[in-house]
Amino acid sequence: MRALLRRLGVYLLAAWVAVTVSFLLPRVVPGNPVAGAIARAQSSGICNAYCVKAIEEQLGFNVHTSLWLQYVQYLGNLVHGNLGFSWSENAPVTSLIASYLPWTLGLLGVATILSFIGGTVIGVIMAWRRGSFLDWLLPAATFFQAIPYFFLALVLVLIFGETGSMLKWFPSLYGYDIYGVDPGMNLPYIASIIGHAVLPALTVILASMGGFILSMRNQMITTMDEDFVLVARAKGLHTGKVVWYAARNALLPCVSNFSVAISLVVAGQILVEIVFNYPGIGYHLYGALGALDYTLVQGIFVVITLVVLAANLLADTVYVLIDPRARLEA
Amino acid sequence: MALNTTILSEPNPTASAAALTSRALRLPRSPKVIAGLVILVVFAVIAVIGAWIAPYSPNLTNESWVQHILVAGTGPGTHLKADYYPLPLPPSGAHWLGTTVFAQDVWSQLLVSTQATVAVGLLAAAISTALSIIVGVTAGYLGGGADEGLSLVGNVFLAIPGLPLLIVLADYVPAAGTSVFLVSLIIAITAWAYSSRVLRAQTLSLRNRDFVEAARVSGEGRVRIILFEILPNLIPIVAASFLFTTLYAIGAYVAISFLGLAGSPTSSPPGLWNWGYMLRETFANDAVRGGWWWWWAPPGLCIALLGTGLALLNFGIDEFINPRLRVAGLSRKAARSLGISRRPKLGLTPVVRRDMINVDVTGAEPGTP
Repeated sequence: MRALLRRLGVYLLAAWVAVTVSFLLPRVVPGNPVAGAIARAQSSGICNAYCVKAIEEQLGFNVHTSLWLQYVQYLGNLVHGNLGFSWSENAPVTSLIASYLPWTLGLLGVATILSFIGGTVIGVIMAWRRGSFLDWLLPAATFFQAIPYFFLALVLVLIFGETGSMLKWFPSLYGYDIYGVDPGMNLPYIASIIGHAVLPALTVILASMGGFILSMRNQMITTMDEDFVLVARAKGLHTGKVVWYAARNALLPCVSNFSVAISLVVAGQILVEIVFNYPGIGYHLYGALGALDYTLVQGIFVVITLVVLAANLLADTVYVLIDPRARLEA
Repeated sequence: MALNTTILSEPNPTASAAALTSRALRLPRSPKVIAGLVILVVFAVIAVIGAWIAPYSPNLTNESWVQHILVAGTGPGTHLKADYYPLPLPPSGAHWLGTTVFAQDVWSQLLVSTQATVAVGLLAAAISTALSIIVGVTAGYLGGGADEGLSLVGNVFLAIPGLPLLIVLADYVPAAGTSVFLVSLIIAITAWAYSSRVLRAQTLSLRNRDFVEAARVSGEGRVRIILFEILPNLIPIVAASFLFTTLYAIGAYVAISFLGLAGSPTSSPPGLWNWGYMLRETFANDAVRGGWWWWWAPPGLCIALLGTGLALLNFGIDEFINPRLRVAGLSRKAARSLGISRRPKLGLTPVVRRDMINVDVTGAEPGTP
């Protein structure tokens, strides 16, 4: 339990650092968003003192109070779930992100879990059947690990996507058929969501599985030489059972490395969403960057960080549950 | 099959002489490592000479390098003025990789882009590795409060997702894209924490070994012990994390360029040509839908190939650190000549010494240089 609390402390600190960075950056770096917004307003008319004040209010800045007061106000707003106002979407950032988040979390959750399970199983089999034909998977996994997610997405669109030029099996734009179905709890909508998720999910799975395969294989090869595996075999246990014993132990370091993996997967998915115009956080981050909507960019950064920290905490909890040593250590 | 334990436990006396001559490069010479090295050398050479051997400037546009297609419903026979849209040319003798819709030469862009991509990868990895050594080794060696503090900083950086932080940083430093150093620095800030954690763990295990104790008792200073006793033993791990970070840094640079955060080579101040920016242009102009594979495929394949090269080399280092992985890397012929099964029995994975492999595979005479 103490181990978990310690991790929780680290994550709270990380969240605080992320929030502070996103507060400080626009105020420290010259050419702040307010100046940009005023310039925009002036290009379409005259922006007088009231206009300047309105823009500052809208962007959540008040450059005439002290930095410390601004910071306190910023934190206060954050606690109340107020991340400011997005001028490009003309809506509060919080409600915008709330509408993007389910898409991202759904895709990320399903793809990461499938990729982790698949990669782990393949890694175990590869370690167990070393020297067999399965060895060709090793360079293949390496290659897929090295391809940028968004490039793999482009290739999959080309081969399988409706907007590609070959098989045209799966839709490759948007989160659902925006012209054909009505959002809501109806079957065509849900079917459309699943159909549209196939290619983005496949991209994330293919690109991230290589890492899971390699780390599990290497860990498994080391574990298979432990005495307890030999004893299990000597007792005449089923091969399946012996593999299970070894795999359970080899899995532990892989779970504890999950936090590094998850932030790479999140990074990859941001770009995958852009390629597929998938209506999640990554796609809208792209739009916000293009529109110079700093408030939205920062809001998205804070929320992505919180999501990743939550995923890390989940992985840590699982780790403490499956490894008794982690409970004793602390 | 039974293991020939005599081979495994006692190195062939004639082998050690040959081994000594090549101690300097102690990487296992598996085909994987050689393939990785070849790929890296090729890209390194292109990175240096790419800008010289490029037939055209990457920014050069030439009206005759695109096909001009008449927009339907305009021109002769209609009341509208003739309007044309450009169609890139497929590969030909004059343009090895065809042209872009902007009437630029793709092959030249690819060659010139290699430089910034490789340079940022290496420089970011160098900065990040230096940071991780300073933080990780210091934390591991000093222990106590310093360790707690430095580890906490590392863990916090590890927990914050790298790319989003990178995006925010790059978004606020628009000049970043104009300088290899600035981009590398920003990427390194988001990349050092993982290596630092690995180095700290290894330093912890080295700290109380006898040779370190001996150095301490003989009165060597902290800095000297860290630099001359501990660091040399960390070299394989440092090398592995350097390669891993290079891979990450190239991916990160390509990603922020793809997002348009590393500047455009044609804007002012001009950004650097790199593979990520090439992909950005292809994506923004729907090259995949247009079927212009010669434009969008090469930069992506280059990234994947360079990444594969780095990862293959990393395998070699992994096998050096963990000899049990080495057997899996042996070729069939080499394994047979060593009398080792490539499908080891449980609990008996042979630990292959490199000098054995060296001698058996190359058949070198003892004492040959």
